[in-house]
Amino acid sequence: MAKPDVEPLVNLDDVSAGYQDVLVLHEVNLAVRQTDFTGVVGPSGAGKTTLLRLLLGMLDPVAGQRITRPDLRVAYVPQLETVDWNFPVTVMECVLMARTEHRVWPWSSRSERQEALAVLDQLGIADLAERHIRELSGGQQQRMFLARALLREPHLLLLDEPTSGVDVNTRHDVLHLLGDLHSHGMGIVLTTHDLNGMAAHLPHLVCVNGHIVAEGSPRDVITPSVLEETFGARMEVLEHLGMPVVVDSAHPLRSVG
Amino acid sequence: MDALIEPLSFAFFQKGLIVATLSGALLGFIGVYIVLRGMSYIGHGLSHAIFGGYAAMQLFAAQLYVLGAGLWGIASAIAITAVARRSRLGADAAIGVVTTASLALGVALFSKFGSSGPAFDNALFGSILGITNAQIVWLIAVMVFAGAVVFFRYRQLLFTTFDPDVARASGVNVARVEGLLMVVLSLSILVTLTVIGVTLVAAMLVIPAVVARMLTDSFGRMLTLSTIVGSACGLVGMYLSYYAGVPSGTMIVLVGAAVFLVVLGITTLRRRSHRIIADDHAPARATVKA
Repeated sequence: MAKPDVEPLVNLDDVSAGYQDVLVLHEVNLAVRQTDFTGVVGPSGAGKTTLLRLLLGMLDPVAGQRITRPDLRVAYVPQLETVDWNFPVTVMECVLMARTEHRVWPWSSRSERQEALAVLDQLGIADLAERHIRELSGGQQQRMFLARALLREPHLLLLDEPTSGVDVNTRHDVLHLLGDLHSHGMGIVLTTHDLNGMAAHLPHLVCVNGHIVAEGSPRDVITPSVLEETFGARMEVLEHLGMPVVVDSAHPLRSVG
Repeated sequence: MDALIEPLSFAFFQKGLIVATLSGALLGFIGVYIVLRGMSYIGHGLSHAIFGGYAAMQLFAAQLYVLGAGLWGIASAIAITAVARRSRLGADAAIGVVTTASLALGVALFSKFGSSGPAFDNALFGSILGITNAQIVWLIAVMVFAGAVVFFRYRQLLFTTFDPDVARASGVNVARVEGLLMVVLSLSILVTLTVIGVTLVAAMLVIPAVVARMLTDSFGRMLTLSTIVGSACGLVGMYLSYYAGVPSGTMIVLVGAAVFLVVLGITTLRRRSHRIIADDHAPARATVKA
């Protein structure tokens, strides 16, 4: 893969955005580069998905500017919970959706199928290509969507909660896989609630709660004061093997009666 | 055999049979997208909305009813989308307001300016009487158009049906694809309205697609099966309508409902038997010794 470009792929300049009359994000300044591997953390309703939608260009800013590189190719992996897993498609059909833009014929060419199979093989699920999507486990579903995203050969990969609803092993697998992709020159931004998982795997975090509270390395960002401003709750930060680990502050339960 | 051949001696039945079979196929074909997108209520609403335009054109320029009612239907679809987007009502409320108002207007026009009676009932419940060659030509033209749209926009339609957000993020013009589907849906309802009827068109959009969905997990096969089921319901329903002496639309929908019940029963039994076989082959559960 070519050497990644350090110029911003997407630049949000004083951007405010929301839905109808409700502003969700205020005066956001953020530059996303192909060298980034960023986790966006924050509580529910903080604007994490809105930030992703802004980066994707699916949502227009109410104020400020969103500037993208002209030839930018973005791929998006949605939350697993938002998908209709009974929809009548196989894994291969789902992955080939990546090759929809500007295609006229309904069928896929042999080379398209070979490319899709190669990506599925890279992710270890080539043998599931003809299975219905309902028959996959959580980790396999995540890999299938990653395969669809990778088939677009994107400069920037955006993922909405890729570690929610999967077990610990799958979470590690997914994050290691993303780490591999990043090391091969792909910019990655993902949203998550999983602070400790992010601290262990990601070099850069953005804390969001209606605005950007802080951004930087996990060591810089995961501090009690930033976490309290982000999540509105006191949390303690310990250190384990040189990494910050977040624990809830102890609040002894009141005895009843 | 005579029972099948005898009605064919009437020209009106021949035309009715052609239109009912083709209508069932067209609605079954488009219905796949409507069902998988959860748009069944839009199909129901649009058929009622088109009735307003149909009534107006019957009274003022009956020869141009396809054009007028078609434009009316497309305008209703745009109005629904606009109301849903620009207010906090949601699509279901927007459909309720726009389409029932249009239906009410159609009833008012029929009542005020005469022409009620058979024309009114036929529009509501479908009829095979008085089908013209022009109507058959319109129906075939819309089928060709719908086929062409699905053929040349197959991937875009599939992607936007499965996951519109990711499709948009992947560069697919979702608004254009959805607009095109609404145009095809409006035209399909319009050209099938005379045989199936306003109140029953929505059922024929849904039933064949749901039956096909129960029978297959493949999108391509679902399109084919739904088209076949729709056309078979049209064909069988027409014969039963002839012998039972009831409106064609009602009998076509009743045949569809019967097919749905049979397939539902078979697939439920099949699932249960698979579950029993799977349980028989499952390893015995560990027991805890007391």
